[in-house]
Amino acid sequence: MMKLNGGIIGLGKMGISHAAIVSPHPSVEMVAVCDTSSIVLDVFRKFGKVKLYTDYIRMLDNESLDFVIIATPTRLHYPMVKYALEKNVNVFCEKPFCLNPFEGEELMNLALAKGLVNQVSYHNQFVGTFRELKRLVKAGILGDLVHFTGEAYGSVITNEKGGTWRSDPNEGGGCLLDYASHVINLIQEVISRPVAVEGSMLKKIYSEAVDDAVYSMLKLESGLSGVLLVNWCDDTYRKMSTSITVYGKNGKIICDATELKIFLKDGNREEKLEKGWNMKYITEFAIPVDFYLRGEEYSAQIDHFIKCVMSRKQSEINSFEQALHTDKVIELIIEDSKN
Amino acid sequence: MDRVLFGDNQFFAVNHLSDEKAREQAIRFKDDSSIIRVLDQARETGINTFMCTTHERIGSVCDHMRNNPAIYKGFKIYPCMPYAHKYANAVTEHGYIGTIRKYVPGNLFGSFAKGGLAYIRKDFISLMELLVDSEMKMFKGIDTPVIFLQNVLVDLILGLKMYDVFREYDRYIRKKYNAQPGYITMNMPALFEALGSVGLNEPIICSSINRIGFRMSGGRAIYEKYLNEKKFHPIAMQVLAAGALKPKEAIEYLSKFPKIESVLFGASSKAHIQETKNLIETMMPS
Repeated sequence: MMKLNGGIIGLGKMGISHAAIVSPHPSVEMVAVCDTSSIVLDVFRKFGKVKLYTDYIRMLDNESLDFVIIATPTRLHYPMVKYALEKNVNVFCEKPFCLNPFEGEELMNLALAKGLVNQVSYHNQFVGTFRELKRLVKAGILGDLVHFTGEAYGSVITNEKGGTWRSDPNEGGGCLLDYASHVINLIQEVISRPVAVEGSMLKKIYSEAVDDAVYSMLKLESGLSGVLLVNWCDDTYRKMSTSITVYGKNGKIICDATELKIFLKDGNREEKLEKGWNMKYITEFAIPVDFYLRGEEYSAQIDHFIKCVMSRKQSEINSFEQALHTDKVIELIIEDSKN
Repeated sequence: MDRVLFGDNQFFAVNHLSDEKAREQAIRFKDDSSIIRVLDQARETGINTFMCTTHERIGSVCDHMRNNPAIYKGFKIYPCMPYAHKYANAVTEHGYIGTIRKYVPGNLFGSFAKGGLAYIRKDFISLMELLVDSEMKMFKGIDTPVIFLQNVLVDLILGLKMYDVFREYDRYIRKKYNAQPGYITMNMPALFEALGSVGLNEPIICSSINRIGFRMSGGRAIYEKYLNEKKFHPIAMQVLAAGALKPKEAIEYLSKFPKIESVLFGASSKAHIQETKNLIETMMPS
């Protein structure tokens, strides 16, 4: 079987996680990795079996790669993705996509012009429960929609000390870019695209330079409006917890990565949903994977990308175009928060 | 290993089926005494092994055990290290070097008398040993016959194909702690092969085993094949598939595989603990 040659730029938490998922993939030969941290490279040198680079340009010049995974701080996505696309390499990029929509637009157009597969790592699109939520909302089981909330909480920053690139706004740090981007993207793909925002607040809690909480009212293309509530300084959460609640005239659905709680005023025979509360669990919807690390969704999104590269078909999930829209909403929230 | 191992997810707000249930558990087990009470109830049903993460709150449980040696005579703990969220959050907040600095016992440059960071770079094995010691400190004086590596770390090493790390871990656990190394994984067949490739035969592997194939990477069929054909010491976890299965049907499935040595499960009430333990002992007699 033909194997794809793969490379990774950036071996932080996400880059290493992607490396561990993509390396055992039966359709992939991991060829090279690139990072500037000598301690990480030393680990790969001692225990790993791939070629090491400290300069991504050299890696893309020297190696004949079919795809590259870019998992660097957001500021660096633009030059790296651009160079990879110019070298005709298919790109899987970490989220958020770019620091400003002009960069994202250029990259999207370049990928389209070159006919290269492009995908951004909004992994919630591969969480079975959120997929089911999307299906149920589209099927109209809630009747006319009236409101939604999109929320995410976690305990990333819980004191005033410390700091990496995530605490630097110029690098792409902060709760809006890091945490809220996931929720915006989910709302966008599961319900409808946000096109306007109001009452946006970016609050600092412990951080000096970046926002720790994001609150905003979103108006969607469909006409529906709702709220975004995100805070990464909440000690009551062991890990990131993302949820979407959709309210309609016939009931509501509360959905997170583990379960769907569906309340219907009138039951739905087609969907086998009863009047009142219906509980559904991830065990029913998890996407089967061949290798698991931290969650099926991380493997499923890589599997999907690899499949698209193999068949030279653009991904319909998490394309640059979709990620660019999320960047645009982020930009709207930043501008609105200044008013 | 005992047939029945008591787990700790319920104590630390880990629930694979419901974030809401996880929150309820966090409220219920706010005090260490409430953890100890349930542990004692498990003990009263005849369970003698507690398999737990190296969560900082386990330290208090260990203190309690050391202070009451007569009560806990013969009671064993299987530590599972590391408590991954602790390190993951630290890496996000402090970076790699900052994290090492935070968790390597004592002063970093004191621990690495031979020259600080430059030394770490050449000697990751010593660093691993220091981190293992740091995680094991809380269990001093407690019987820990099997010491596990947690699945996030096992599967990360497995995916990166850095199998030599397993061999070093195996060597250190046997030498320093006179214990058996164990491995928790979501990728049992692949891990079995990887361990074998570096000479680690008949390993103790704890993995999800349940009738609906939940968290059994590659599918149920290959797991069943390994359970039937390969030589190792399997421990079944997530046997209820996070609650999707009833205890009876779950244990019935396990009973088809005589090689399964132990079953790991957690519960918060004495009635549930007793029920599951009875089912395991009746349907999977030793």
